[in-house]
Amino acid sequence: MFGKASFYLKDFDWFIFLLAIAIAVVGVVEIHSATQYNRTEKFYIKQIYWIVIGLIMMLAVMSVDYHTLGENVPYFYVLALLSLIAVLLFGQRISGSKSWISLGGAFSIQPSEFVKIAVTLSLARFLCEIRTEFLRATDIVKASCIVGLPVLLVLMQPDLGSALTFIPIPLVGLFLGGLRPKWILLFIILSVSVVGLGWYNLKGYQKERIYTFLEPEKDPLRGGYHSIQSKIAVGSGGLWGKGVSKGSQTKLGFLPERHTDFIFSVVGEELGFVGTGVALFFYFLIVMRSIHIAQTARDKLGIYITLGAVSVFLFHILENVGMVVGLMPITGIPLPLLSYGGSSVLSTFIFLGLIINVRMRRFVY
Amino acid sequence: MDLKDFYEDKRFVQSRIPFIQVAAVLVFLFLLIGLWNLQLLKSKYYIELAEKNRIRSIPLVAPRGKILDRNGQILVDNQPSFTLIVLRENWPLLENSLDLLAKGLSLDKKFLESQFEKYRHLPSYLPIPIKEDITIKDLSFIKAHRLELPALEEISLPRRFYREGKLAAHLLGYVGEISEKQLGTPEFDYCKPGDIVGKAGIERVYNQILTGIDGQKKVVVDSRGKDVALLESIEPVAGNDLRLTIDLDIQRAAEKAFQERAGAAIALDPRSGEVLALASRPAFDPNSFASRISKKEWDDLINDPRNPMQNRAIQSRFPPGSVFKIFMTIAGLQEGILTSEYTDYCSGSTVMYGRSFHCWKKEGHGRVNLHQAIINSCNVFFYHLGQKLGIDKIAYYAQNMGLGQKTGIDLAGEDTGLVPSSAWKKKVLKAEWYAGETISVAIGQSYVSLTPIQTARAFGGLALGGVFKTPHVVSGNELKRWGKTVNVSFESKFGLNEETIDIVGRGLWGVVNEWGTGRRAAIPGFDVCGKSGTAQVIGKDLKVSVDSKAEFEDNAWFVAFAPLHLVEIAAAVFVEHGGHGGETAAPIVHDMFQVYYDAKTKRKEGHQIAMDQVILTRSN
Repeated sequence: MFGKASFYLKDFDWFIFLLAIAIAVVGVVEIHSATQYNRTEKFYIKQIYWIVIGLIMMLAVMSVDYHTLGENVPYFYVLALLSLIAVLLFGQRISGSKSWISLGGAFSIQPSEFVKIAVTLSLARFLCEIRTEFLRATDIVKASCIVGLPVLLVLMQPDLGSALTFIPIPLVGLFLGGLRPKWILLFIILSVSVVGLGWYNLKGYQKERIYTFLEPEKDPLRGGYHSIQSKIAVGSGGLWGKGVSKGSQTKLGFLPERHTDFIFSVVGEELGFVGTGVALFFYFLIVMRSIHIAQTARDKLGIYITLGAVSVFLFHILENVGMVVGLMPITGIPLPLLSYGGSSVLSTFIFLGLIINVRMRRFVY
Repeated sequence: MDLKDFYEDKRFVQSRIPFIQVAAVLVFLFLLIGLWNLQLLKSKYYIELAEKNRIRSIPLVAPRGKILDRNGQILVDNQPSFTLIVLRENWPLLENSLDLLAKGLSLDKKFLESQFEKYRHLPSYLPIPIKEDITIKDLSFIKAHRLELPALEEISLPRRFYREGKLAAHLLGYVGEISEKQLGTPEFDYCKPGDIVGKAGIERVYNQILTGIDGQKKVVVDSRGKDVALLESIEPVAGNDLRLTIDLDIQRAAEKAFQERAGAAIALDPRSGEVLALASRPAFDPNSFASRISKKEWDDLINDPRNPMQNRAIQSRFPPGSVFKIFMTIAGLQEGILTSEYTDYCSGSTVMYGRSFHCWKKEGHGRVNLHQAIINSCNVFFYHLGQKLGIDKIAYYAQNMGLGQKTGIDLAGEDTGLVPSSAWKKKVLKAEWYAGETISVAIGQSYVSLTPIQTARAFGGLALGGVFKTPHVVSGNELKRWGKTVNVSFESKFGLNEETIDIVGRGLWGVVNEWGTGRRAAIPGFDVCGKSGTAQVIGKDLKVSVDSKAEFEDNAWFVAFAPLHLVEIAAAVFVEHGGHGGETAAPIVHDMFQVYYDAKTKRKEGHQIAMDQVILTRSN
């Protein structure tokens, strides 16, 4: 099977690969800019290491036929659950949540990022085995359980933001898998009422976040602080931006989490609308290319894997960029390829590897 | 099972992919609109906000002008004091850290809460002062907690410093934070919340001249409030220095002479109305108001039975006792009742309206002429004079010499005093005037009560022949220098016969220089003229506890001017429970006049030496 790898290599997707590298390079530059006054930790150097490791993992994922991956889904799934239990037992508590496992030294990973990959593969495998045109209720329940179990464990950390990023995987999966139109309608009604019910179970700070999202200026110095500072950064960038390393919001430290969750604010401030527009366009091209790969995929498994990956990718972009421009509430969700962070970089490259994997094997040889 | 088998029926799945595509396009459109809105449509607004974010405005409080005496000696200036403020712009409020703040700076948490509450409704560019006169320990606490408490800033505030402590406290007044009530008034329309303004005395009346223009320092800071660069600095403009008409040396002499006694002393130049000394005892220390005064300190001052906050020189009225006899004399002379040859007989008492009135000398003065009556302060003489004049004549002359009405001195809260008349009694007490009441008034008892300032003015005015200048502590020239056109040289004229002035003057000279009651005020070569007064306390106020003997003591007055011809200085001294005026009040007048006279002779000598030198150099 590995022998065939060189054979498929002519179908390697240079397009997605180069776009991803381009975005990652911008990320490194802006991480450098955002953390230039931090003398103790060189985040941009570490990010380069993560990108290199990410590329290696992408190549590794590409080289194994995705059908083989699909066959071994139970192992991935169990491994994923074990990693989430491990994090609950041995994790580091950072700002209230146990989401990280230390790998020793300065490196630590966030298992939930990788669990998403396992969940994507598991759901793809489950859905492509269904032979009926429309999904039965039992199928939906089963699919929900596959996703629900790890999500529950993530919520126990508790990490609402990360748990949310799982949602698009079953949404897209079930939609493609043959959800009846009336069930789609039912689902919309149901989810609205769940949101309503869930409101009562939210923790105080979580409610606060939602309140301040709706009206950040009301409380500019506490909850709304991040949102306002981010909008100021992006807005003051204007058309051309203030130039790399010249953003006052970034340099003077008004931006929170500026090298991780709010890296896009830095891009907005320093590179302006031109910078954010190009970055967004690159993301758009990757997404559109991936959807095209799904359309030309050899089989259902390929489609489910590709679009599952796309849904995660797209949701991260929607939530993160939306948060940066004040259109979405603040959650600690990184922006793929741009944000500093090993887990995010690695999982993104693994997802891209899966997409390229499907493209490379779209013909039956 | 080979998963590759499942590829056949992928058509349905494929048919739904376009929906995903559309959703993805919508997501990107949504985000693009968001960016468009922020970076292209509203960028100008956010650029402004970003600028503000970087800049921290630190107030540079302008020092108030110094207050100087007439010779340029500094009475009041400023001392740097480090104050801790909380900046409210752009930084999360410190409310979560109140406990830390209270503990670290040893402040009361309730006080902090009330300060934050007070500023909640005020514009955010106004910082909240939380601690004055911070110590090295406080400073190191702030430095160590820069991260948790980024909005703290220590600034140098010029703090009011009253060099002489309690000296002239009532005259100078004190400063304090402007009250909300004051903020609304036109008097303080140039002030903003948190400003330090004059609350009493000179500080209040001339607040506008003394107040400077605050500056501002703009620094670029990071989100922790650390200064990165200085952007601009608008230097504060200090307030104008104000020169008073007060002579510090005379003032000092007056207050020293009081020792522990309570009362008031005023010295003024009747020719201009310039006040040379204005003392009220006991006094408070205005320095204790310069920093936040504690409630206990304030209560102690307010509830002190000796009433140290009261400016007795202008805000208190007292029966003038025998001092009033001088105004009686003037009325008698002007009315033609008295002449220099007029005599009366004093047997020690006299019966009028079915009641006997006593002279202070039981055995009586015998036959006395006017001059002797003044020198010996014979009551019987003036009882009879009072009867002849009647209350309304007395009131007419007294009021025309400015008694029973405000002098118009440029200090707040002046009392009117009271010169009774039949009309007054009808109006205020709703009763007819009894002729018997006039007899008490004739010797300065009963309803008649005067403020020290109006008494000094009246004596100075009569020495000038009936020209009564409005007393003031800041000269008209000084006010003009600061662009104020307050008419302070206001005067009222009340024509007195030359003979009247001559007789009264010689009488007053006699009181001091012919072994009368005022001999303790005598200064050889200066021709001091004056009149003592001793006003009863008991009898009017029987409620006074019998145990405290001091409270039964009579109130003592001494009012004077000098020299007899070409008057230069007039003074009034009032000593609460001072006993006899000639014994306790006259020495105070003496001490004031002595300082004045010494300085004058020194000036003359200096002038003489200078002249001699001119002659010497010329002859060379």
